[in-house]
Amino acid sequence: MFFIDKRKSKIQKRTFRSECRSLPTAGDYLPGLANKPEENIIGSVAGSPEARANTLAIGLSILNFGPALILVLLIAALSISSPYFLTARNISNILAQTAVISVVAMGQQLVILTRGIDLSVGSNLALASVLGALAFHAGAPAALVIAVMIASGAVVGAINGAFYVFGRLPHPFIITLATLSIAKGVALQLADGRAIPGMPPAISALGTDALGGLPGSVFLVLAVATVFFVVTQTMVWGRWIYAVGGRPDAALRMGIPVSWVLVSTYVVSGTCAGIGAVILAGRTDAGSPLFGNLLELDTIAAVIIGGASFLGGRGHLGNALIGALMIGVIRNSLNLLNVNIFFQLIVIGVVIVIAVEGDVLRNYLEGRVRVMQAGKHS
Amino acid sequence: MNDKSASAPAHAGDLGTPVLSVQGATKRFGSVLALSGIDISVRRGEILCLLGDNGAGKSTLIKCISGVHRLDAGSIVIDGQITAIRSPAEARTAGIETVYQDLALFDNLTPAQNFFAGREIAAPPWLPRGLRFLRQRRMDAETKSLLANLKVALPRTDAVVAMMSGGQRQAIAVARSTVFARKVVILDEPTAALGLRESRQVLDLVARLRDHGNAVILITHNMEHVIELADRAIVLRQGRKVGELVPTADNKQQLVAMIVGA
Repeated sequence: MFFIDKRKSKIQKRTFRSECRSLPTAGDYLPGLANKPEENIIGSVAGSPEARANTLAIGLSILNFGPALILVLLIAALSISSPYFLTARNISNILAQTAVISVVAMGQQLVILTRGIDLSVGSNLALASVLGALAFHAGAPAALVIAVMIASGAVVGAINGAFYVFGRLPHPFIITLATLSIAKGVALQLADGRAIPGMPPAISALGTDALGGLPGSVFLVLAVATVFFVVTQTMVWGRWIYAVGGRPDAALRMGIPVSWVLVSTYVVSGTCAGIGAVILAGRTDAGSPLFGNLLELDTIAAVIIGGASFLGGRGHLGNALIGALMIGVIRNSLNLLNVNIFFQLIVIGVVIVIAVEGDVLRNYLEGRVRVMQAGKHS
Repeated sequence: MNDKSASAPAHAGDLGTPVLSVQGATKRFGSVLALSGIDISVRRGEILCLLGDNGAGKSTLIKCISGVHRLDAGSIVIDGQITAIRSPAEARTAGIETVYQDLALFDNLTPAQNFFAGREIAAPPWLPRGLRFLRQRRMDAETKSLLANLKVALPRTDAVVAMMSGGQRQAIAVARSTVFARKVVILDEPTAALGLRESRQVLDLVARLRDHGNAVILITHNMEHVIELADRAIVLRQGRKVGELVPTADNKQQLVAMIVGA
């Protein structure tokens, strides 16, 4: 056992390193140019192939690292314009507020990778929190309350996946829209339309400061992210998700169990909603059918703003986390700067449009690179 | 891996038993008789060209061999054994690899990830397949050596396939088919979408597949390619086999006549 574990971790480490190495910058695709781009720009005549290749390479790099770059610039600008932004209290606040979006967005990310969408996450979270609160009042211990919430999320996810795949529905939009409604209705019914206060201390602790002034939920997010990283980047299942998202028909022909891969992503997304319920219940010390309102839009926005492709097959967990943080930072800063709360919706909408157009532009530029490759290497 | 056939690729016809033969293949789609009693066979180290006009039944025949369709009558014999092929997965298990016209490449993956898609090298074996850990470095290394073997040059082997040209993508798809093809490689119009120089590279690659001892079935409309590459050519017309010969520059007219039925 020990031997195997050691080997496993070695493989992980190695794969991690090779993943890092293999994240290519656009300059890598244009051999010879990547080495000394500045020289090429200066030395080449405008409109020459080298200059155009360089422009493409730089454009693609900016698009690929754009979301992270924008986040950094945003934080820098806000640190200057508001004295409260870069305080420990505020940072901790932002992280606590984005914890739920972060976790649920990671699940949403997997679904979007397979060209799908999960609209039910918000209602799913609400139902899970209500079931958890009911379990608590029925005398269940903290561990069981947590298990109830996570299992509830997973079951709703499994229903989504099963109907989409085995019910042969044309698009997951439909079934997840249905479960959005059903889960919300069941939650309202069970809770009689009201929040149910009271959570075991172990869950409430997630909302209070744990380590270094950070709330416990932040560490839970990090733990979930670590699991996601290992599973999606080093395991066969993760590779299958990318293959199914890239080309579903080819995945089938290559013998990948496409149906089960699809179902599994919805189960994971639902499970993440369940974990989100635990975090939110911890922060508010209650379960409520009104939790998670518009969470589906926040998580989809986070994934897209973070730079993943809505067309499937492209993106990673970093996109979801960066996107979630960006939404958190934008909301927080608009509050700090005393901007009307309605305006936040407009800003986030505009950012989504920019992100999606960025994805379109990236596809276009890659097409151009392909054309240049054909000219060069044929 | 390759037996004696690899060392004597040029002499088609005297290499012993065929690795794949199809006997009396018949396939109906409703009232349309797509294939009618077709016999073909192919040996190791041989390129067999399938010729015929549009609708002649070439693609149907290929799809029956690669498990996309099932024959209504007739049998597929692999290495002397009658083998039922009911799905693409079963065809692959039987050692038959197909390069489809649409290539079936994953644009968002690297060449190595494409090569091993659905057949990832992973450990430990006691875990369910999906939960095993990828041995990416081993897959990268094997891909690299295979590409070198087939003399396929790519600017970068760790860039995603989306960034590569048509010829490079075709080469990757053809090379992928050889990773696991233990018996037969089927190529459906591999040069249809390519320019002159890229076609040349793919044709050279097909010749190397043969030289490495694979049995190759090639569908093409280009008579120059047929004459250059084919050890034998079989002509189909309206679902029937109308001729079989060794194509040379001299019988090109005869071949064309067979195809169009003049």
